[in-house]
Amino acid sequence: MYQADAKGSKLNLARRTRIAGLSIWRDWQLWAMLLPAAIYIIIFCYGPMYGLQLAFRDYDFSKGITGGNWVGLKYFMQYFESPMFWPTMRNTFIISLFSLICGFPIPILLAIVINSIRKQAFKRIVQTTLYLPYFISIVVMVALLQIMLSPTTGLFSNALKAMHLIPQDMNLLGSSSAFVWVYVLSGIWQMAGWNSIIFLAALSAVDRNLYDASQVDGANKWQQVRHIEIPSILPTIIILLIMNMGTILSVGFEKTFLMQNALNKSVSEVISTYVFNVGIMSGQFSFGSAVGLFNTLINFLFLILANQLAKRAANISLV
Amino acid sequence: MSSPNVGSLLHQPNVADKAFHIVVGIIAISAFLIVAYPLFFIIIASFSDPALVSQGKVVLLPKNISWYGYQQIFKNEQIWIGYRNTIIYSVVGTLLNLAVTLPAAYSLSRRAFRPRKVVMTLFVFTMYFSGGMVPTYMLVKSLNLLNTPWIMIVIGAVSVYNLIITRTFFESSIPDELYEAAVLDGCSHFRYFATIVLPLSKAVIAVIMLYYLVGHWNSFFSPLLYLNSDSLQPLQIVLRNILLSNQAMAGASEGASAYAQQLADQIKYGVIIVSTIPVLCAYPFIQKYFEQGVMIGAVKG
Repeated sequence: MYQADAKGSKLNLARRTRIAGLSIWRDWQLWAMLLPAAIYIIIFCYGPMYGLQLAFRDYDFSKGITGGNWVGLKYFMQYFESPMFWPTMRNTFIISLFSLICGFPIPILLAIVINSIRKQAFKRIVQTTLYLPYFISIVVMVALLQIMLSPTTGLFSNALKAMHLIPQDMNLLGSSSAFVWVYVLSGIWQMAGWNSIIFLAALSAVDRNLYDASQVDGANKWQQVRHIEIPSILPTIIILLIMNMGTILSVGFEKTFLMQNALNKSVSEVISTYVFNVGIMSGQFSFGSAVGLFNTLINFLFLILANQLAKRAANISLV
Repeated sequence: MSSPNVGSLLHQPNVADKAFHIVVGIIAISAFLIVAYPLFFIIIASFSDPALVSQGKVVLLPKNISWYGYQQIFKNEQIWIGYRNTIIYSVVGTLLNLAVTLPAAYSLSRRAFRPRKVVMTLFVFTMYFSGGMVPTYMLVKSLNLLNTPWIMIVIGAVSVYNLIITRTFFESSIPDELYEAAVLDGCSHFRYFATIVLPLSKAVIAVIMLYYLVGHWNSFFSPLLYLNSDSLQPLQIVLRNILLSNQAMAGASEGASAYAQQLADQIKYGVIIVSTIPVLCAYPFIQKYFEQGVMIGAVKG
């Protein structure tokens, strides 16, 4: 019996290896087509992850990334104890939370509005225009802000002053109290239209019969929005909310970096700009890696938490 | 129906619907104006008399047309070096992107390809977890790619997001029967991919090409991090120097300082137009594919 079993499993193993070999042989073209992408991901995505050990080592120029002495959590402790820990955490959190709270509902509203426009030509014009700012580079976007919000010649800041919405001597670009608003509102200006596409797509999938049936029941447009459209795009809303939760502690580097100046630095120094300043500009490679890793871990944690929450609440999940 | 009060008016379908369409119209028009006006203003300000612009007198139409800004821009060497570099990085970079992304997406779309689940998971993981800025910089440094044009082309060769869009398209829009028929005729994966899949995938190719192209064109972080020679800098870095760091362009410092500032502003408006136009020119051609692209991307990967 034993022998037979052993023989059987040996045969099985041989067959299995032959099948595996066959599959590589049979699929070699598929492997070849995958190869360039795999090499890129391994080198440029997993390579830096391997390099993350820098965060646990004293970087030594002569010994390379993996050669320095192991120092454990030293650089993490250094960050937690540094005077920049709370300001960078707080600034990052405030900016991204504001962006999420103010920025998330507007694309949904825009999608419902665009979807309800009856004149096709007007609809196209509105859509084309609203998507446009997405393609403007961050550099140009920040330059636009500087032009529109300039304290002397800025069209927008002068209009606000004429309406007495802001004080006469206010410089919107150099004020720590206005920074977050300028950042968030300009982000909405640039991204809301583009972000509405996904909800528009979800709305276009709503069954036309539902509208007809509700009309027979005497529902008006408001009720259709509330009882048909919103429930049908709810899964999309939740999935996007989860994905956004995963970035709650990450604020785009480029825009913050470009908007940063001496006057607003107390609120505009976020984790990513801090990593750039200490990690790259001042060459504290280990410290910069540690701060970056800490940031990535928190984001990852938030993503998983939000995913679990949504799974439990609505049976919707990303993965 | 409820008791006859003002509220019940809203329950009468035609009145409520009318109110609804008025509200929709108001929101749509204001959103349109909020987005369109600043863009429109930059265009008219770029060729109006800069003194009038700074006094706020150019609002709806260009006034006292002056092409001074554009003349300065065409004379500025740094802008054209930046332009040339950006075109090279964008074109070569996008070609590489497509050459790497499309075949990989095809492999991963074949259900019979066993490792696809593992590979996909490993790819998607990198969307949510990365080594971060410093280790990536160190890697580029150790590969001797710092301050070379190659890094601008190679970095971001695959975007996992675009890969997912493409793979989903291949899976959902190209019928399996085609493959079965092709195999019966002795067609290999290479030939099937090149002669059947690619010609059927123009929509998704247009979408990811646009995404990649715009990404390269607007790329600012990579050159900031990896390049330092002036001769290699792409347009966005040159733009930053002109627009944001207030580096006066040659010619802008002539004359009285207030007027010089106004001229410098006019140059800025012009620079914004000149640098954004190529992207905006591509936009209408590919716009019809957007919704399709985003929709495919929305299907979870």
